[in-house]
Parts: sequence; structure tokens; C-alpha cells
Amino acid sequence: MTFQVEADIAARGFSVSLQVAAGETVAILGPNGAGKSTLLAIIAGLLRPDSGAAQMNDKVFFDLNGSPEIWTQPHERGTVLLAQEPLLFPHLSSLDNVGFGPRSAGMSRREAHGLALHWLTEVDIPELADRRPAQLSGGQAQRVAVARALAASPDLLLLDEPMAALDIDSAPLLRRLLKRVLRDRRAIIVTHDILDALMLADRILVMDQGRIIEAGPTREVLERPRSNFAAGLAGLNLLTGVVTGDGALSGVGRSGGAVSDPAGSRGAGRDPDGRRRAGDEGGDRVFGQLDASALPGQQGIAVFLPSAVSVFMEPAHGSPRNSFRVTITDLEPHGGQIRIRAGELSADVSASAAADLGLEPGIEVYFVVKAAAVAIYPADAGPRDR
Amino acid sequence: MRARAGGGYDGIPAWIYAIAAIGAVFVLLPLAAMVVRVDWPNFLTLVTSESSLTALGLSLRTSAASTTACILLGVPMALVLARGTFPGQRLLRSFVLLPLVLPPVVGGIALLYTFGRQGLLGHTLQVAGIQIAFSTTAVVLAQTFVALPFLVLSLEGSLRSAGQRYEAVAATLGARPTTVLRRVTLPLVLPGLASGAVLSFARSLGEFGATLTFAGSLQGVTRTLPLEIYLQRETDPDAAVALSLVLVAIAVLVVGLSYRRPLAALVETRTR
Repeated sequence: MTFQVEADIAARGFSVSLQVAAGETVAILGPNGAGKSTLLAIIAGLLRPDSGAAQMNDKVFFDLNGSPEIWTQPHERGTVLLAQEPLLFPHLSSLDNVGFGPRSAGMSRREAHGLALHWLTEVDIPELADRRPAQLSGGQAQRVAVARALAASPDLLLLDEPMAALDIDSAPLLRRLLKRVLRDRRAIIVTHDILDALMLADRILVMDQGRIIEAGPTREVLERPRSNFAAGLAGLNLLTGVVTGDGALSGVGRSGGAVSDPAGSRGAGRDPDGRRRAGDEGGDRVFGQLDASALPGQQGIAVFLPSAVSVFMEPAHGSPRNSFRVTITDLEPHGGQIRIRAGELSADVSASAAADLGLEPGIEVYFVVKAAAVAIYPADAGPRDR
Repeated sequence: MRARAGGGYDGIPAWIYAIAAIGAVFVLLPLAAMVVRVDWPNFLTLVTSESSLTALGLSLRTSAASTTACILLGVPMALVLARGTFPGQRLLRSFVLLPLVLPPVVGGIALLYTFGRQGLLGHTLQVAGIQIAFSTTAVVLAQTFVALPFLVLSLEGSLRSAGQRYEAVAATLGARPTTVLRRVTLPLVLPGLASGAVLSFARSLGEFGATLTFAGSLQGVTRTLPLEIYLQRETDPDAAVALSLVLVAIAVLVVGLSYRRPLAALVETRTR
């Protein structure tokens, strides 16, 4: 009882394959232009890939590999797309909007209204049944849209950044609502917000440049990110290299991510400027807490929190510590502290410390982090989906 | 004028206002001249003469029929032009717009050589026992021919600005294409469809050249109001002016209706 899709679009460099089990919610994260919405459009039947196939249980969505090719129209797929904007039909009341799916499935007007009222009650706004979309706030409209999507009883619910257009007060409300209705429901949610993934998803996929570069249970991805993007989401610094016998990672920063990336896709060389340079003191090695599963010679990843990093003007001596000579690229406020960005690395320091040191973009400093604060683990967890 | 309270900076130079005023006068003055020239004491008698009423009735009936034909043919055409993708689409659009720029007389001749007795389909129609040229049907055909582009253009514009996102949502909710068209697309572009229909009606009402060429001028059969006015001008200029004023009144009414936009609220919500 799984949904599976594989699709390629050569012109966009898009190539994705994934499965979603019954009752499972998968979050897809990734930078803009990664192909997240493209994936949803392909699944919904709004975009035709060059090749590939998709199937839910026994129903074939498309099969462009065989001959003759099979292409099922969007209305016959049983997937409902909930977008960033509610896109409620402006000429219909909330009740008629929610009843649209059931009516299209052949239900009588009366029955559809009854069902629509049930779903409006389910999203806590039965009193708005007679309102036109123009009379609803953004948050209310999106809730009607959720009710409309659920009333169509989709086998697979596709959510494309459903919270992105909402103001800061409405988003948490809708997120709680989605948490309730997505339980035991098969869904794919595209989001920019790690909170959505955390609250709503069983599994995370990270996409970049048309491919899935990382996949795993939400908790695992956040604790042990394997891509720079996931590390960024988890708020961690991430370095890649080769595991050595003495509990360290070597080859860090010498040739960037290219060395560290067996698949050649894990964000390799995406950000050439400001790439961290291993400090003079530590050579190109990073010391840390080595995971038991990490074997010498293996590709490894080291992560540490920006708050574990101290900033010095001079190299800090003494093991077990890591010292990186970096050039500051940006300063920004971050939760009562100042986040110092130096390419891919960041450090959080207090505002007074930043002022004392006279930190500003362009100057060279040393980021120092204790080995005890660095976790090192193997890079190849073998993503299930590519 | 420029410093009116509540008005912001409009960026229009004063001399532009002057030229715009001249343009407005150019349009309105002839209408005023006509109103002045009307023989008011005999106005009612003139416009209610038997031939006038016959012509007016014929005009309204044929225009209503051709507007219906425009909607039946124009809605699918606009949909195909706005939403479809097929080879030669741009070319087709250009040809659809042709009647807009073609002299109506030329359109009438073209219709004559299509549906007339000696025309392309003439023989086929004759075998079927259908005689089109110089009949009321010909009047409707001529009017439809010249008015169709107005409806297609107006509706195609509405369809393009409405986009296809609502249709995509409706489809994923399980609505088959015909349901999407009926319950989503058409209600959304209703304002555009309405104004297109009103424009088509107005164009049909004023049709002269193609009608005269293709349908002739038989009282009660093909002599619509513009033809009647043209004819009366020779014999009874007072009647011609009075009838012209009737047409002006209808035109003003039609324009007023299409600009009041009772469905403006719909357009507003759509852009939210």
C-alpha cells in the first residue's frame, strides 16, 4: 500500500524517485528552485515529466517508460494540492468551496453540503460556511482550503508551503490544525520551515538542484545532517572529510566538499567563496567525538553548534581543540546574540563580545571549538530515496 | 483642477488636458449637433412610423440572435486561443481578428461568395433547400461575422488575466474538465464574457456594410435600423435624424451597462 514515483525532466536537471507509505507524512525541504513544487505538480498531474512512472496502490498515475505511455488526468488521481495561497473559488461560499470535491465526485447537493459542514467543523470554522472568500481573513481562507482538500478525501494530500503566505499569528494555528488532520494520512508537504517538518512529518527529504540529496526520519536528519542545507536547517555547522584512526576528520576544507562527497551531489562546490579553511594549528583535521560506527578511511561529517564556537583574534593553542582561521562575511542578530558568519561556518557570541573584539565583515579571526562539542559520524547513510 | 482636494500628483502636463479636451469635444459635438437638429415636436411620430418600428424590431431581434451566436462560437474560440497550445495558434488569432479591420463591405462580399447562390457552399445549401443570401439569416450571419472578434478578444483577455490556477485546483479536487469549465472557468470570467457580449450586441446593432452587401435591404426582412436610417436620409432627413438619436440612445445604454460592471466585485476578489 505505498505510493511511489520516479520522474525525470532533462531540461530542468530534475530526477527524483520516492515512496510514501500509507499514513506517512513526508516533508520536502530545500532551497528555492530545488524542484520541490515541480515534484508536486508532477504527482498531481499538472506537469508531465520526460520519463518515469508513478503508482498508488494499483492505480497508475503515469507510466512514460512503457509503450503505450499511460497518463492519468489530474481529476482521476485522487491527489489534492493545497498551495501557499488558498485559491478558494471566489464565486462560491465557503460551504460550496468545501463541497466542490464531493459534488464533482457525483454527490448530491444536499449530501455535499452536509459533508462540507462536517469538514468546516473539523477545522473549527462552521460559522463561516456562508461567507464568500473575499470576506475571510488569510488564515480563515487557508483553513477553508484545508477543509476543501480533505473533503475531497484524497489518497495523497500534497501541500505546497501551506503556511508561507500566512501572517505570524495565523501560521501556528494552521500548523496545529494540520498536525491533527495529517495524522494517519498520506501526505507530502513542501516547506521552508523546519518547524513544519518537525511537527508534521515522519520523514524528511532534502532536495537540491532537482535531486533528493538527503533523506531520513526527521529526528535523524536534524541530529545528524548530511548536507549543508540540512545542517543549516538544524542550525549546525557542518564539515566533511575522511575519518582517521585517532578520532578525527582529515582532508577538511582542502578541496572543499568535492572530496567529502562520494555521490558528487551532496551540495558539492555549491558555495566556493568563503569556504572554511582549516586552522594553522589543527592542520586540515577536525577533532571530535567519533561515532562508534565511523571507520577509518570512511567519508565522515563533523557537526557542532554555533554557540559552541568561541571567536579569537589570535590562534588558540592546546588540544583537544579545533581552530579555524576564517574571514568574517556577515554579522546578524540571532536570538539575543550576534551570529558571526564566515562562509559556511557560524559562531554565536554576545553583542558585547562582538563589540570588544571589533568584529566586522572582512577581518580575519579564529573560530575555536572544543573537540568535545564536535560530533563526527559517517557520511554515507545510504539515502533510501535519491 | 490640478490641486483638487484629495487628489494626489497625477503627473499629467497641463497641455495634455487641453488636447484631451479637444478630443472629447470632437466626439461629443457631432452628437450635440444631431440633438439640436432633431425635430422634437414630431419626434415620436417619426420614430414610431411603421417602417421605423419594423426596422428597430428587426435590428433588436437579429442583434440578439447574432450575440447568441457570438457566445456559442466565441466562448470555445477564446478558450482554445487562451488556454490551448497547437501549431498555428498565433496565425489563427490574427485571422479571427481580421473582421475587426476589414471594411464591412468586403466582409459582406466574402460572405456572399461563401453562402450566396453562386458561393462556395451555395450549391450544397441549395440542394439542402436552404436559401441564405438576402434573408434574415443573412443579416444574422453578417452581424455575427463582424461582431465575433469583440467577444473573442474580450473573453480571451479575461481568461488570460484569470490564469489557470483555480482550474488546476478544481481538477485535483476531482472535477472533470467539463465540470471545471462550468463551475469554475466560466463563473470566473463572467464579467469579461458579459462585456464581450454587450460589445458584440452593440456592434451587431450598428452593422451596415456587410448587411447591405450580403443581405440587401428588404423591409421587414433584412432592412435593419442603420439601413433604414440610410434610406430615410434621402427622402425624409427628419426621420433619419430621429432614428439616429434612437440608435445613440441604445448605444449609450449598452456602453453604460457594460461599464457599470455589476460583477466587478468578483474581479476584485479574484486578484486578492
